[in-house]
Amino acid sequence: MQTMPLLEVRDLKTHFFLDEGTVRAVDGVSFDIRSGVVLGVVGESGCGKSVLARSIMRIVRPPGRTIEGRITYDRGMRRGAAGDFVDLAQMPIDGSEIRDIRGSEITMIFQEPMVSFSPVHTIGFQIIEGILQHETDISKDEARNRAVEILRRVGIPNPESRIDQYPFSLSGGMRQRCMIAMALASDPNLLIADEPTTALDVTTQAQILELMAELQREFGMAMMLITHNLGVVAQMAEEVIVMYLGKIVEWTDIDTLFDDPKHPYTAELLKSIPRLRREGQAERLTAIAGSVPSPYVRPSGCPFHPRCPQAVAGLCDVREPELVQVGERHVVSCLLYSDGASNGAAEMETE
Amino acid sequence: MVSAAEGSNILEVRDLQAYFPITAGLWRRVVGQVRAVDGVSFDLKEGETLGLVGESGCGKTTTGRAIIRAVEPTGGEVFYRMRDDTLIEATAADGRTMQTLRQQIQIIFQDPFASLNPRMTIYDIVADPLRVNSLASGGELEDRVSEMLQMVGMSPAFMRRYPHAFSGGQRQRIGIARSLVMNPRLVIADEPVSALDVSVQAQILNLMQDLQQDLGLTYLFISHDLSVVQYISHRVAVMYVGKIVELAPTHELFTRPMHPYTQALLSSVPAPNPRVKSLGQSLEGEVADPANPPAGCYFHPRCPFVQDVCRETEPEFREIAPSHFARCHFAEDLDLPGVPA
Repeated sequence: MQTMPLLEVRDLKTHFFLDEGTVRAVDGVSFDIRSGVVLGVVGESGCGKSVLARSIMRIVRPPGRTIEGRITYDRGMRRGAAGDFVDLAQMPIDGSEIRDIRGSEITMIFQEPMVSFSPVHTIGFQIIEGILQHETDISKDEARNRAVEILRRVGIPNPESRIDQYPFSLSGGMRQRCMIAMALASDPNLLIADEPTTALDVTTQAQILELMAELQREFGMAMMLITHNLGVVAQMAEEVIVMYLGKIVEWTDIDTLFDDPKHPYTAELLKSIPRLRREGQAERLTAIAGSVPSPYVRPSGCPFHPRCPQAVAGLCDVREPELVQVGERHVVSCLLYSDGASNGAAEMETE
Repeated sequence: MVSAAEGSNILEVRDLQAYFPITAGLWRRVVGQVRAVDGVSFDLKEGETLGLVGESGCGKTTTGRAIIRAVEPTGGEVFYRMRDDTLIEATAADGRTMQTLRQQIQIIFQDPFASLNPRMTIYDIVADPLRVNSLASGGELEDRVSEMLQMVGMSPAFMRRYPHAFSGGQRQRIGIARSLVMNPRLVIADEPVSALDVSVQAQILNLMQDLQQDLGLTYLFISHDLSVVQYISHRVAVMYVGKIVELAPTHELFTRPMHPYTQALLSSVPAPNPRVKSLGQSLEGEVADPANPPAGCYFHPRCPFVQDVCRETEPEFREIAPSHFARCHFAEDLDLPGVPA
């Protein structure tokens, strides 16, 4: 497996300029997506995970705008010759280059497949349109055959007739399969999946997750899987970033995240979820105090400090933590782990 | 964790049915029935939590609503035992009896954003049930509201504010305060934590457990989330296409399920542990249509253990082991593993 970064995001900021104030939805985010690797993005509502995905796709609309940062994407990877770097963040959102990449090299699937499909066109029309948009040297018949094949691959029964059906006549699970088919028709380098199974029932969710894992291995694409469900990341991802209020609080491989979470938010989140057990009665759940703050009134210093059981007064509410490396492929944004923090705490004690 | 109370039955549901007609044509002719709830029977003991679990469209919400006749049942009986031990048949009660009954049975709704009137203050929302039933007024009313808010962990100082000022978790606390202000005995909680963030879910679940202990409440806890249901319930009923397919004490159901559908649900939950590979054994196919269910056992088209008899004969809901009921011809013969180790 290749491990060169396919996408390198640095200091990305996407803010929404509203009458009520500025919402810093993505506020200085840096991470890599390696070729062929599944990266999970975990966080609660309002943490900026969906806006992050939309920023990479360059589909954030006003009043939202990406104001800073780089999104370096290696276009050469597609032709087997790595090293043709472009900065997606610099591209105009309706420019020809980003339109060439979007929907072809980088594709996306959304949470609610009913809203993502046009209700007045058949499934087939929409998949074929996507293929023809990006490949000019292909006939309509060839595109249709390709669409039938990809629908068959994602487990749609009788794809030859289903291709002419409208989205409303399909079940939620079938629509999500069609969505996946549309996203894979162009053999993308990166698939961004935003809560792809959240609207589905648990048995359908299991079917769709299995299908996605299988296709990811088969197509060898990288995947950015956005979810609030820690079970889904545990089963699907190799690496994870945890987000809170527009910032990455922790980034590491999946085993380390569950075995040895460093950020208090990650640790508390893992303790707060009920898990299926074989043995005895459950211990009482450890709830995280308070709730995610309103985006207009961000706490000063570390955004998690009002809810953090380990917050140090006079430090965490003042200083904004930076990402610190705490292990091989393990970074965390918490003052408990930065040298400045221990110094700061020591100063506090001596005072 | 509270232990299951050895109380008497507070509620007995017998063969409850809620069918919705499908109409067609100019004269709105009835051409079929959606069997949302199709012969559901269970008992609720005073002080216990019964989890009602199933996928969307299985009839779990309609069951909850049919019990208080927010949806009119089309068949079956619901008996409610009053505090003085008299038994009321809710399904045959007149308007006045229903009004008393609805004071004692309350609902907590799923969506804390939709279930609170945005034009009413928190005070008015929580006070409303007492006012409507003329049970308190003036200073007494205000004291009662402030007591309720404190009980659910909210500051009474906020009672003049409107719902928009509160987060999802706080709104759900307000919804709980409203349900409990009438001093009910039975609370039907319909997906009370599904709309909440993961970190807030635990707060509300813990609150519901504390309130149950302090007030001796009985819960019918409706949810699609098996881990939440396992955490909070003493017994669990699993529904599939309008019918209960399995009912057992929680630990039994999760470690020794007797219906293949229960097993399928347990195997489908993605384990929040990267070292446990829980995918790879998902069910085939999709949920049956309650307007046009298959012959025999409703689950047979998806069942990995299907035999000829399942396609023809509908299985009875039988007690297979003490307090462990299942609706499967082969419940005794299947050796299902339960929650993956």
